[in-house]
Amino acid sequence: MSTEEKKPLEKVCLICAKGSLEDVYASLVMANGAVMEGIETNVFFTFFGLDAITKKTMNHLHTATTGNPAMRMPGGLPFPTMLGGLPGVESAVSGMMRKQMGELDMPPVDEFLEMITAGGGKVFACKLAIDMFKLKKEDLSDEVSDIITIGEFYEKCDGDRTQIIFT
Amino acid sequence: MSVKTIAGVEVNVSDEGYLEDMSQWNEDIAKDIASEIGIELTPKHFEVINYLREKTAAKEALTIRKVGKSGIVDIKGLYKLFPKGPLKFSSKIAGIPKPTSCI
Repeated sequence: MSTEEKKPLEKVCLICAKGSLEDVYASLVMANGAVMEGIETNVFFTFFGLDAITKKTMNHLHTATTGNPAMRMPGGLPFPTMLGGLPGVESAVSGMMRKQMGELDMPPVDEFLEMITAGGGKVFACKLAIDMFKLKKEDLSDEVSDIITIGEFYEKCDGDRTQIIFT
Repeated sequence: MSVKTIAGVEVNVSDEGYLEDMSQWNEDIAKDIASEIGIELTPKHFEVINYLREKTAAKEALTIRKVGKSGIVDIKGLYKLFPKGPLKFSSKIAGIPKPTSCI
């Protein structure tokens, strides 16, 4: 046993700026994990990350099948970039990934957001990006508590045991 | 692993205080662990605890999502019963191993 005093995290603030399946889930898993550990949690969605909190798009996120060197065929063979560009391939691959995630009890995005807020986590949308994509509050998931500026988000990131994570 | 006396019974616990053998568990042990965490157990708590023990005995992986869909309590309710540790604290009180799930 270590005699050093432990200084557990008290707050985690996540910024999700990308809208691909893997980036969004990375943010959601980290956010939910923090809430489950009793850590105060704020998530800020900006730019393409807004897809994750927009009702129309949130449950249909894609993973890139081109320009993604880690993409593999089922069985492990490399996934040819040319194939990834064919119409419908990205949709099919993304659908398959979502299905596999479901088998691991990973919830769809809308439910994941509900889990985070059920435990007291807060979800925010970036004002600048909302204006840029011409979205309105009613386009967003009900779990989004507010549309705020980055300055206002930083104000919520105070405290000396706080970490900001950008995905 | 160490031996600890909880509610007058000697039990094997991990470094973090989780019971190593879920068959050593009883309701008094649950109450003792809970009060150490700061939770007073109600019949609703025991419904959740018994559900967790059943699933663990059946070797099913636990997630808060699964508990939320069990029909016993929703996820919000689970957080109310076990604040700041819906799966961690409930597992500890239920005498089952520390949860290994990220969800």
